[in-house]
Amino acid sequence: MTTEIQSNDTSPSAISKMFKSIGLLRESPIAIFGLSLILFWVILAILAPILPLYDPNAPLEPFKAPLADARDGGLYWLGTDHKGRDILSRVSFGAQQVLVWATTATAVAYIVGMLMGVVAGYLGGWWDEIISFISNVLLSFPVIVLYIIIITYLGATGFNIVLAVTFASAPGIMRIVRGLVLDLRTRDYIFAAQTRGESSLYIMLVELLPNARGPLIVDACLRLGYTTITIAMLGYLGLGLPPPQPTGAKMNAETQPLGSFAGHMAVVPAAAISSLVLGFNLLADGLREISMKD
Amino acid sequence: MLILAFRRFLSMALIMAIVSFTLFAIFESDKLAVAGKVLGPYSNTEQRELWLEQNGYNEPFLERYVTWVGNALTGDFGYSIQYKSPVSDVLWPRLGNTAILAGLYMLFMIPLSLTLGVIAGMKEGSIQDRVVSVGSVLTTSVPEFASATFFSAIFVFWLGWLPGTSAMTSGFSWAEIFLPVFVLVMYGFGYTTRMTRASMAEVMTSHYIRTAVLKGIPYRRVIMKHALRNALIAPFTVIILQLNWLLSGVIVVEVFFAYKGFGKLLLDAALFGDIFVIEACTLVAVFVAVFSQFISDIGYTLLNPRIRFT
Repeated sequence: MTTEIQSNDTSPSAISKMFKSIGLLRESPIAIFGLSLILFWVILAILAPILPLYDPNAPLEPFKAPLADARDGGLYWLGTDHKGRDILSRVSFGAQQVLVWATTATAVAYIVGMLMGVVAGYLGGWWDEIISFISNVLLSFPVIVLYIIIITYLGATGFNIVLAVTFASAPGIMRIVRGLVLDLRTRDYIFAAQTRGESSLYIMLVELLPNARGPLIVDACLRLGYTTITIAMLGYLGLGLPPPQPTGAKMNAETQPLGSFAGHMAVVPAAAISSLVLGFNLLADGLREISMKD
Repeated sequence: MLILAFRRFLSMALIMAIVSFTLFAIFESDKLAVAGKVLGPYSNTEQRELWLEQNGYNEPFLERYVTWVGNALTGDFGYSIQYKSPVSDVLWPRLGNTAILAGLYMLFMIPLSLTLGVIAGMKEGSIQDRVVSVGSVLTTSVPEFASATFFSAIFVFWLGWLPGTSAMTSGFSWAEIFLPVFVLVMYGFGYTTRMTRASMAEVMTSHYIRTAVLKGIPYRRVIMKHALRNALIAPFTVIILQLNWLLSGVIVVEVFFAYKGFGKLLLDAALFGDIFVIEACTLVAVFVAVFSQFISDIGYTLLNPRIRFT
């Protein structure tokens, strides 16, 4: 684990730094491939409202095979499902839902987990005892039980899914950050800041967290993939977002019994979700490889 | 060693106490809601009050909690609203079915992932390492509901070799259990493989392996006698801790293949609002998770020669 020490004055501007890190990606073809998979879905999700797609919830012609001609002269690229809804359109809008909620949930879990971790690691003492104990209790729950309890008790809304993901992931993030901070807090620049008389809050947010980012970026990619699976899985189990929104897995669950005569209806969304998760995992793998090289 | 075991045991008991108390507070602090769930939406307040009185719900909250814990410890989890029978009558057979599923999963996953991990970790960066690493990322990226879809599309609908559901209505059948186990193994083996690979790769770069190779000991012997022993300590804990998240995969697979197991019981209870079954399932699931943590901690210290307690 290498952590470069930079003072804010000599570092290049944020934009040139970003270009530099994208340039770094070139060292790993795996990371590039993963990133392109993710970008494919992000672009499709952003463009979904302006692409010439059918309404994802409109019943058109049921059980059409992929590439079948539509009644109005169009084309069902991926066919239609048992209710006659266009699968390509449902997959695109579904990707939008999954990406938005997976990113929001992971981001919130990260904010909570990082704050817990930096407080436990830097302040130590009772803070550490209490935060670590809460984390241990939460980590002892099998995550799925946590999801089921939170969502059946509070109801299946986007906000509650974010809440459930935060409860399930923040303790793990807290452990990683705490470990990193325990290592970083003995560095000279932290002593320097303490001697300058900076507040604990300043040291934690400005000095410690930015320097712990390396391993966290890899972990965040993995967690995004995992949260995507979670949201899709909740949808599959009937605990996901309410019906009108097509998440990939929900389509999968609805059409499962129909697999016998229209296999593509269930296989397409399953493949869509898998490729997105694969993108996150490959990107994480590539990033880890790059960070090992330095 | 005994002191460590005792301390771990205490923290395990403390966690169970907190979890059970939270659970009880969430589901049973509102007495009238409990009565409403049990008697159904068409019962009136009078009936609910009567039921609460008869079932001892008018005692103070803490007293009720203690009684509830006492009953749970003796295996009495109350009465299922959905199945109209004592919870324990439903719970144990279901738990047994899931144990079969999880046991078969472990039976296939452990040898597969240890072998692949060791082969990959022996020579970091070699062809076999690349193939195993990419393969394990691929399989762990396909969640269970997706791979279940793919494999049923192939084996059930296309080739017609296997049944698509595993309800086991006419007794246990190997054909019916094959796909659920296969799906779990496909998703789960990658993680352990990667852990084994990392651990093996680390051991291979250590000085004592270099010394052994330079001494002229045959390569096979270096691997089998010297490297494996230390490389397999980390995967041991990973395998045991997997029990914790194996449950989510188990739920999906049980729902997909209509297998009558513990996961499906928990999900059905949650969707139905069968609170006593939810409570019982959660307690069992958390107990298994905490207990496996306990085993993995103790096992790790026993296996690792660098940690010794006097």
